Formats: sequence, C-alpha cells, structure tokens
Amino acid sequence: MKTGTVKVDYLARVEGEGALLVKIRNKTVTDVKFRIFEPPRFFEAFLRGRSYTEVPDIVARICGICPVAYQMSSAHAIENAFGVKVAGPLRDLRRLLYCGEWIESHVLHVFMLHAPDFMGYEDAIQMAKDHGDLVKKALDLKKLGNDIVNLIGGREIHPINVRVGGFYRLPTKQELAKLAERLKWGVEFAIKMVKFTGTLPFPDFERDYEYVALRHEQEYPFNEGRLVSSKGLNIDIPEYEAHFAEEHVEHSNALQSICKDTGAYFVGPMARYNLNFDKLTRTAQESAKSAGLGKTCTNPFKSIIARSVETLYACEEALRIIEQYQDPESPAVGITPRAGTGFGCTEAPRGILYHHYRVDDKGRILEARIVPPTSQNQKTIEQDLRQFVPPRLKLNQEQLTLQCEQAIRNYDPCISCATHFLKLEIHEDER
Amino acid sequence: MSMKKKPKLAVWKFSSCDGCQLSLLDCEDELLAVVNYIDIANFPEASRAFVKGPYDLSLVEGSITTPHDAERIHQVRRSSKVLVSIGACATAGGIQALRNYKNIKDFISIVYANPQYIETLNKSTPIADHVFVDFELRGCPISKQQLLEVVNAFLNGRKPNIPSYSVCVECKKRGTVCGLVAHGSYCMGPVTQAGCNALCPSYHRGCFGCFGPKETPNTASLSALWANAGVPKEDLVRLYRNFNAYADAFRKESESHET
Repeated sequence: MKTGTVKVDYLARVEGEGALLVKIRNKTVTDVKFRIFEPPRFFEAFLRGRSYTEVPDIVARICGICPVAYQMSSAHAIENAFGVKVAGPLRDLRRLLYCGEWIESHVLHVFMLHAPDFMGYEDAIQMAKDHGDLVKKALDLKKLGNDIVNLIGGREIHPINVRVGGFYRLPTKQELAKLAERLKWGVEFAIKMVKFTGTLPFPDFERDYEYVALRHEQEYPFNEGRLVSSKGLNIDIPEYEAHFAEEHVEHSNALQSICKDTGAYFVGPMARYNLNFDKLTRTAQESAKSAGLGKTCTNPFKSIIARSVETLYACEEALRIIEQYQDPESPAVGITPRAGTGFGCTEAPRGILYHHYRVDDKGRILEARIVPPTSQNQKTIEQDLRQFVPPRLKLNQEQLTLQCEQAIRNYDPCISCATHFLKLEIHEDER
Repeated sequence: MSMKKKPKLAVWKFSSCDGCQLSLLDCEDELLAVVNYIDIANFPEASRAFVKGPYDLSLVEGSITTPHDAERIHQVRRSSKVLVSIGACATAGGIQALRNYKNIKDFISIVYANPQYIETLNKSTPIADHVFVDFELRGCPISKQQLLEVVNAFLNGRKPNIPSYSVCVECKKRGTVCGLVAHGSYCMGPVTQAGCNALCPSYHRGCFGCFGPKETPNTASLSALWANAGVPKEDLVRLYRNFNAYADAFRKESESHET
C-alpha cells in the first residue's frame, strides 16, 4: 500500500469499544489513532459523598473482567488513609484472590482473544474445531481461576466479599483443599500453556520500552511494592502523581498517561516479567526459558508468553498460599475512619492500577482519582503501530489490518476500564 | 441434530463494564455445547467474525448515555426478532445513572478541566426507555444460569422461568439466618429480586440490591424499619442508590428521603 488507510471501526476481541485508524501517504505513516469511543461513566464524580465501606463494591463496576483489581487498589488506598495495615493470613487471602483473577483474565486473553490471531482463526470457537482438546483444557483452567475468585470473593464478576480491612467471610480449610487438588493440575497445564505459546510465530518487532511495574523485596508483585521502571524510576506510591501525567487527545475518551521525564511507558505482564524475573518461581523461570523467553524481552508480541508464565506463577502461588494457610483470628481488622489522604497501587492483570482518595473524618469520599492500566498503555500502543506499519506496507489491506489488530491485542486493552473518566460535551437530553 | 439452520445470536454493548457479556464466556462448561445449537453471529468481544442480521436473539448490555447510542439502539432493535436486555445497566441505567440525580454541569466542573471533544447525555437510561424489550434479565452482574435459561427459553419459544420474588425466599431456601432480624444488618433482601441465590447473606453481609426491585416491593416498610433503628436519612438515600438507582421503586424511595 503506497497511500491509503487502515481502518477498523469496532475492534474485536478486546474489552470495550475502540477503533483503529492508520493513515498512509506515499509509503509513510502520517497518522495513527487508537480511538476509544466507549462512553464516559464518571466514577470519580459519583464516588464523592459515598462511604468508604461502599467503595470496593462501587469501583468493581468499572470493569467486569478485573473487578478484583479495583477492589484491591481501593481497599489499600483507603487503608492507607486510615493508617491500617492488613497483614498475615488476610494479606495471603487477598493475594490468593488476585491469583484467581490473573488466571481467569490471562487465560481468557491468551486462548480466547489473542491466540486466534497467531493461529489464523476468527475466534476461539472456530479454533476449537481443530484444537478441541486445547480449548477445552484452557476453559477448564479459566474456570479454575474463576472458582478461586468465587470462593474467596463470593462470585467471579463483581465479588461481594472484599471490604476495607479484609473480608466479610473466611473460607474454610475444606473449601480451600478442594481448590488445591485442581491447582496441581493447573500447574501442569500452565506449563504446557507456556510451551504452546512459545511455538507461535512471532513478528520480528522490538522497541526500546520503558517498562513500569511494582517491585517488592520478597515476592512477585500483586498488592504492594515500590514503583520501578526499566529506565531507573524507583518511587513510593504516593509519589505517582509527581512523576506521571495524563494528557487528553481529541480522538480518545480516555486520558493518555505519560511519564513526565521520559514519555510513553508500558505496563502489564511484559513489564512485570522484565522487572521481576528474579521473583518468579524456578518452574516459571525455567518454563519461560524453554519457551524462548529471555530474562528480558522487548518484542510486545511475546506478551502472550509472559502472560502464560504469569498464569503458571499464579497457579503455583495459589497452591503455596493454600498449603500454608492458617485461619486468621477474624475476617477483617478493625477500622476507625479518620480524615486524610490515601494511595494504593496494585498489579491488575493488565498492569498497575493507581487509586488516590481523600476522605473526611466519617470516612466519606471527598475526592477520588483512578488511573487504570489501559490508559497508561495507550500512547505506547500508538507508537508501536507507527513503527510496525512502515515495513509491512507491501501486505494487502486485509493482512495489514489483521496484523495491526494483533499488535493492539498484545496489550490486552481493557477499554471499559480506560474510559471511566474523561472530558465531555453536554447535550441537553432531547427525550 | 436436524438440518434446520441454527438460530443467530448477537451480543451488543452500550455503556457498561462488559461483565454481563463476559458471563457468556464464563460459561466454561457450557460454551462449546451452546455453539452446537446457536450461531454466534455478532459478538465482538469474542470474535472478529460478523454475520449480518436479522438476528433471532439479541442480548443487549449497557445503558444509553450518548446521542449516538440513542440512535444505535433503534438499529439493533430493527435487526432483532427478540431483544433481551441483560444486566443492571441495560435494565435500570446502571451505576452510571447516579448522574441522573446530579446537575451534570456541576459534575463536569468538579472533575473535568476542559469540557470538550466528548459527547454525553445528562441521563443514563435503560434500553426499555428507548425501544421495545422482549425480556429484561436483571443483575449486577447477571447470573450465568439465568442467562442460559433465557437463551434456551427464547430459542424454544417459551417464557423464561425467572422468579420475581425477593432475595428473602432464597435465604429461606438455603437456610441462612436472617441478618436483618438477628443482627440488624443493612439488608435490602426484602425488596430485592432473587437471582444471586442470596449470596451476600451467606457471606455474612446484607444484600445491597444487585438484582433491583422485586415485584411489588414494600420499600417504605423497610425504610421505616431502618429509620426506627436510627439510620440517618442521608444513609437511607444512599442505600437505594447504587447499581439499580434509577429503577422505579428504588428511585422513588430514595427521593422520598432526600432533604
């Protein structure tokens, strides 16, 4: 294609409503827009005046795919404001809940949303006609992730058991033991999953990214840690807003995040993997290695392997937590509201999810700020496409479009998340 | 199976969190069996494949919040033999309908520095406010079992078996001790439609109304009970205002306590 347009009006196999526009003139890419047209929902606005007790239930509704992430970041931020620390077995249970969400979300993306691109199918259901056993086992693993969330959270979408300070109800050892048996199978299948993703054909594409993720001294990050980057950033969570800014561009209903010093950055499984390889289990490290994924990797298409390695890690970690679990004294630590400001940042399946709340002395929300992973990856996605398209202009329109879509799906974008806040134009209700 | 053509299913998204349509993909045990009987003709979250309408059954997720979507829902209706709205957003406007109680201009001035580029209506409204809806499946999120029941019922030309009684009935069936009576917990179970199998009470917390008002809910009586127990008016308003805030019965009850 010398001159023309690659246009996808409604991106498929992503969560939410997005579109893609690439303009090409005389073999040069003149414009790239990853357009987000998902309507605004104004969570930060209507959180004002609500009680801190309601926040985890409300923010879960930002995203049906990663509600646990919203509940975790909000609970940690509010606990931070109240000066409360959740430790010991309650902290482990939160980690276990998060393992469940990573497993269900990662398996959904790897097999149902991303693998069909590599294997030449429109969707996983078509893929199942030729690879029935693989898709069936993938669904079983996804179900296992969901069942962890079901037990600890009450249900897989918008769990009801998370509260500031801990939980409402604790799982019994018998309930956990049932999951342990299935997790042993989960570890086995996840090893095969990593191996499978390693055999996929990867486009030749590398970029010098700034990866950003949490880093914790002892563990692969879920709920806690410092925010670090591959270009030397190393900050505490409350410093987030001093280092990152959001820009509003006309074509997107989600703000685009940038690192103030260095520009676009990359969050999610690839970022976590690159920055925390040493914290993975030996099995996960060796699986990654045998699938051809080095300690560091700058080909975003290989995020499908990183996501599978994290799935394996989450299965092993869930099993470890269950095997070592001791009943906590009570389902939640005591909370005494006080006026203040709190910050929380946890690792959603798609990357860091930052929450910041200001509360009054009764624990009512005065101000809320939420920065989801997909708005942080938006600019990097557009930059990828600018570099990805020019060497592929010899492809026909259909092939080029498909490959551009695949490049976007590397990030598992969750557009519903990204668009909960934005600027708007007022239309008087005509009805 | 006969040679009869498979019925065509379409899934549509409006303003929402994607959770209710995800419920379809969360039917891990049933999904591959379901597609033996149904042709998934339009489901962008799951597939690039797109088959033109008309569709035998359309599942509609999300509420109407933009001028563009207020037009688009009519196109969806025209291409659908049966249209079922799924989830609290589609059946009651969802959590984003909390804007309906505010002056949207205040909302914007609080949060947004430059109100430009974006189009939004000042109310979030359910699908049935715009087009005829054959059935409303409640829940935030919907129940997978109820979703399968509704799909099955419409494809077989029968009425879905979805109870409209309260969460209390489910608690009694499960044998869960009543938190409202025994512990005085904030429980909306008596006025909320069943469908979750009384999940929250079984996790030691009160129901917070995910499935919206039951048929003929006595909200005034429940509010009086809470008011007598010393719940301030401002809390009464909030209790009715979450995911089904704009459902008729909850809206009216919350407004009656607004000062």
